[in-house]
Amino acid sequence: MNWLAAHFNYVVVVILMMAGLFIVFSTGNLIKRMIGLALFQTSTGLFYISLGKVSGATSAITLDATSVDGKALAAQLDPAYVERFGVDGVVYSNPLPHVLILTAIVVGVATLAVGLAIAVRVREAYGTVEADEIEALSRVTAEQAEPAP
Amino acid sequence: MIELAALYVAPPTLTAHAPVLAIAVPLLGACAAALAPSGRASWVISVIASMVGAWMALAVAGEVMRENVIIYQLGGFAPPAGIALRIDAMGALLALLIGAVGTLGAIFSGHSLVAEVRPEKHTLFQAGFLLAQAGLVGLVYTGDAFNAFVFLEVSSIGTYALVAAGERRDRRALPAAFNYLIMGTLGATFYVIGVGFLYAATGTLNMADMAARLGTLDQSAAVQAGFAFIVAGLGLKAAMFPLHGWLPGAYAHGPSLISLFLAATATKAAIYLMARFLFEVFPDGAAFGEAFLDWVLAPLAAAAVIICSAQAVFSSELRRMIAFSSVAQVGFIFLGFSIASADGLSAALFYIVAHGLMKATMFMALGGFAISVGARRLNDFAGIAREAPWTALAFAIGAASLVGTPLTMGFLAKWQIIEAAIASGRVWMVVVMAAGSVLAVIYVGRMVEVMFFREAVPGAPRAKESPIGVLVPLLVLAGLSVWFGIDASLPQQLAQSGAAGLFTVRP
Amino acid sequence: MTAPILDANFALNVALLLMLVVLAFAVVRTRSLLAAILLLTVFSLVSATWLMVMDAADVAFTEAVVGAGISTIVALGAILLTRGEVVRVNWKRQVVPGLLAVIVGGMLIYAVSALPDFGDPASPANSHVGRSYLETTKHDIGAPNVVTAVLGSYRGFDTLGETVVIFAACIGVALMLGFGPRATLAPAVDTLGDHHVVLRVVAKLLIPLIILFALYVQFHGDLGAGGGFQAGVIMAVAIILHALVFGLRDTMAAVPARVARTVAVLGVVLYAGVGIVCIANGGGFLDYDYLFTPQVEAMIPPGLLGDPDHVHHWGQHFGILFIELGVLMTVAATMVTIFYGFAGRTVDAIEARART
Repeated sequence: MNWLAAHFNYVVVVILMMAGLFIVFSTGNLIKRMIGLALFQTSTGLFYISLGKVSGATSAITLDATSVDGKALAAQLDPAYVERFGVDGVVYSNPLPHVLILTAIVVGVATLAVGLAIAVRVREAYGTVEADEIEALSRVTAEQAEPAP
Repeated sequence: MIELAALYVAPPTLTAHAPVLAIAVPLLGACAAALAPSGRASWVISVIASMVGAWMALAVAGEVMRENVIIYQLGGFAPPAGIALRIDAMGALLALLIGAVGTLGAIFSGHSLVAEVRPEKHTLFQAGFLLAQAGLVGLVYTGDAFNAFVFLEVSSIGTYALVAAGERRDRRALPAAFNYLIMGTLGATFYVIGVGFLYAATGTLNMADMAARLGTLDQSAAVQAGFAFIVAGLGLKAAMFPLHGWLPGAYAHGPSLISLFLAATATKAAIYLMARFLFEVFPDGAAFGEAFLDWVLAPLAAAAVIICSAQAVFSSELRRMIAFSSVAQVGFIFLGFSIASADGLSAALFYIVAHGLMKATMFMALGGFAISVGARRLNDFAGIAREAPWTALAFAIGAASLVGTPLTMGFLAKWQIIEAAIASGRVWMVVVMAAGSVLAVIYVGRMVEVMFFREAVPGAPRAKESPIGVLVPLLVLAGLSVWFGIDASLPQQLAQSGAAGLFTVRP
Repeated sequence: MTAPILDANFALNVALLLMLVVLAFAVVRTRSLLAAILLLTVFSLVSATWLMVMDAADVAFTEAVVGAGISTIVALGAILLTRGEVVRVNWKRQVVPGLLAVIVGGMLIYAVSALPDFGDPASPANSHVGRSYLETTKHDIGAPNVVTAVLGSYRGFDTLGETVVIFAACIGVALMLGFGPRATLAPAVDTLGDHHVVLRVVAKLLIPLIILFALYVQFHGDLGAGGGFQAGVIMAVAIILHALVFGLRDTMAAVPARVARTVAVLGVVLYAGVGIVCIANGGGFLDYDYLFTPQVEAMIPPGLLGDPDHVHHWGQHFGILFIELGVLMTVAATMVTIFYGFAGRTVDAIEARART
C-alpha cells in the first residue's frame, strides 16, 4: 500500500506514455499519429513534474514566512520538517523540473504545428492521410520514369 | 603537417567567445536571411554566416588543442547551477565538420535551390538551413544534458520542413519528411525520459557533474532505464540499425542540399552525444555498460553493415542506394565504438569525418547532375560521365573513399578501425568489415560502371556540366577526402586527443 | 526517505491522474479525429489542474494556454484542411504495438519502482541543484518567482534555444503552408443582420482586455506566475479570436503576415542581442551583470527597486525584462503566423469545395 502511494504517479505516467506510443505505432492516419505523439510528449512532462513535487510544499514563488499565507502553510506541517527542508521558513517544491517542462511543452507544440503542416501538404499532394494509401501511391510515382523538369 | 595548437586564426578576445559565437552567428544569420528581400540576398547571407561560423569553429579547435578542454559559462553562473559549454577535441572536430560542410553546402545552394525548391521559399529555406547549423554546433558544444535536447530540437524542427521542401521535384519528400518527424521526435522524447531518470538519480543536469555522481551510486534500475532510454533515443536520431527506417526516405527524396547536410552532420552529432554518454557520463565500472557494448551495440552494428550494404546492392534508385550505404557506414562507426578503447574511439571519430566528407561529396555531385537532369533510377544515369565529367569525377572520388581506396581518407579510416579491432582481439569484426567492404565495392562498382562505362540512352535528356558555383565547393569537398587521405594530421590530432581524453578520465 | 503525506492534496492528485488515464484510453479507442482532438484538449486542461496541485503554477499556465489553446486551434485547422473525419482501423496493425506497449510498460514500471518516493524532499533531484536555486535566487537575481529566475537567468541559454525552436517552427510552417496570401482575396464578412451579433459585440469588448491581460502576465512574470511564453500565446489568441469572428481578411489588414514574420525575427534578435551586448561590456554571453556599463548604472537612482544594496540586480532585472520581451514577440508572432498558414489554406479548401 505504501509502495503504491509512493509510486502511483510514476505508474500512471508510464501508462499514459504507453498509450501515446501505442497510438503512434498502431494507426496509419497521419493526424492521429501526431495526436499520439502529443500525448506521449505531455506525459513525459508529467513524469518530470512528479519528480519535483515535495510533500506539503507550495509553488516556488518566494513567500514571506511571517505573512498570512506563510503561517497558514507552516501550520499544516511538522515544525521539524519545515526546519529541515524549508528555505527561510517555507517549504517549496523543486523549481528546476518546472523550467525544463516549460521548455518541453513549447517544443512539443512547435513539433505539432510543423507535423500537421506537413500532413496538410501530404493530403494536398496525395489526396489522403492514410499511410497505406500513401505508400501505394508512392510506388506508382516510383515506377513512372521521371523526365527532366 | 598542420599543428592546430600553433594555429591562431582570431584575436584573443574573439577566441575567448568563439564557442558561443559559433552558435550565435549562424543564428543571427538565419534571422537576417528570413527577412532578406530576395533569394539571392538570402544566399549571400547564408554563405557569409556559415563562413564566419566555420571560422569560429576553427578558432575553438585551435584553442582546444592548446587548453585540452574549454569551459564557457553562460549567464555568468558556474555549473551545475548555470549552463556551461564544455568543448574537448571530440566536440571541436564535429563542429569543424559541421562548419565546413555547412559553408560548402551554402555555396552550393545558390544553384541547387533554384533547381529544386520553389522560388518564393528560398529565403525561408536558407534561414532554416542556418538554424540547423546553429543547432548542431550548439548540441556539440554544450555540457548540459537538457540543453543538448533543446539544441537537438532546434536543428531537427527546421530540418523536417527543409526535407519536405523537396516536394517540388518529388512528392514523396512529404511523407518521408513526416516519417522523419515522427521518428525524430520519438527519439528526442526518449532522450528526455532518459535524462529524467538520470536527474532523479543524481539531481543534476550538467554532464560532468552527472558523471561524478553516478560513479558513487550503485546501478539501480532507474539508472539502467535512463541509460536504455538515452541510447534508444539517440539511436533513433543517429539511424542506428534497426531504428533507421526514416533515413532512406528522407535522404532519397529531400533536396540535394539537405541530403548532403544531413548525411554529413545530423546523424554524426547524435552519435557524438551518444559517445559522450557511453564513455563519459556512465561510469567505467558499470557492468551493464560493458555488456551493452559487447552484446547489443556490436551485433547491431554488424547487422547494419551487412544488411544495409545488401539493401544498397539491390536498390534501383541511386539516392536510395547511397542512403542505405550511409546506414551501413554508421554501422562501421558503431563497431569502432564497441571496441571501447582509446584506439577504437579515435578510429570511429576519424571515420565520422571521413564518412561525412565522402557522402557530402556524393550527394553534392548528384545535386549537380540534378540541376540539369531529373534522373532518379541508377540506369538513367548511364553515360553521364561524358556529359558532366568534372561532377562525375568528384562523385567517383567520393565513391573511392567509400570503398576504401588507398590515398583517400576512407582507406585510412577503415584501416584504423581494423587495427583497433585486431589490437583488442575482436577478429570477427575484421571479417564483418571485410564483408561490408566487398558489398560496398559491388554497389559502388555498379554506380561507377553505369556512369562511366555505359553509353547514354538515346533520346534521354542530356545532362550538362555543373555550373562553376557548384563545381567549386564540390571539388573542394572531393579534394578534402584526398588531402586527408595523404596528410590526415588535422582531423587525426583532434580525434586522438578527444579519445585519449575520454579514456584517461576514468580511473 | 520520507513517505508522501497522504492529505487532500494527494487525494486530488490521484483523482486527476485517474481522469487522465480515462481520457488517454478514450483517445486511443476513438475513431473520430474531431473527438480525439477535443479529448486531447480536455486532457490538457485536466493536466493544467493537476499541475496546479503539484505546485507548478507557471507550467500549469503554459499547459493551459498552449496545450488547450493553440494545439487545439492548429489541430482543428488541420482536420478541416485534410477533411479527416474517421480513422481507418486495421486490427492486424495493432497487435505488435500493443504487445510492445505492454512489455515496455512493464519494464518501465519495474524501473520506476526504484525511483525515490513521490514527494520526498530529500531525494537527489530535490536536494542538489534544484534546492540551490531556492537558496541563491534572492541574492543573485532578486526576483520572487524562482522559476522565472531560473528560466531567464540561470538557464537563460536554454530559453534562448527554446525561443529559436519556436522561430524554427514559424519558418517550418511558413515553408509548408505559406503566409496565407490568398486569404486577402477572401470575401469580406457580411456584418449586417446576421446571427453572430452577440459574438461580434462580445469579441470587440474582450479582445482589448485579452491583450491587456497578456501584457499583465508579461510584466508580472518575475513576481508571480507568468512570463513571455504565456503572454505571447495569450496575445496571439486575441488576434486569432479577431480572425475567427471578423474574418481573416480584416485581421490580415490589421496584422499583416509580413509584420508578424518581422516581429518573430526581431524577438530572436533581441534575445541574442542582449547576450552580445553582455559580451561587448566585458562579460560572458547572457551574463546580465554586465548588461549595463558602470556609467549607465550610475544613472539609475538608488533605492528605486526598494533594495539599495543590491545594485547588481539591475542588470538581472532588466536583462530578464528584455529577454522576456524577445520571447513575447517571437511567440506571439509565430502563433499568428502558424494560424495564418492554416487559415489561409482553409480559404482555398472552402473555395475549391464550392467550385466542385
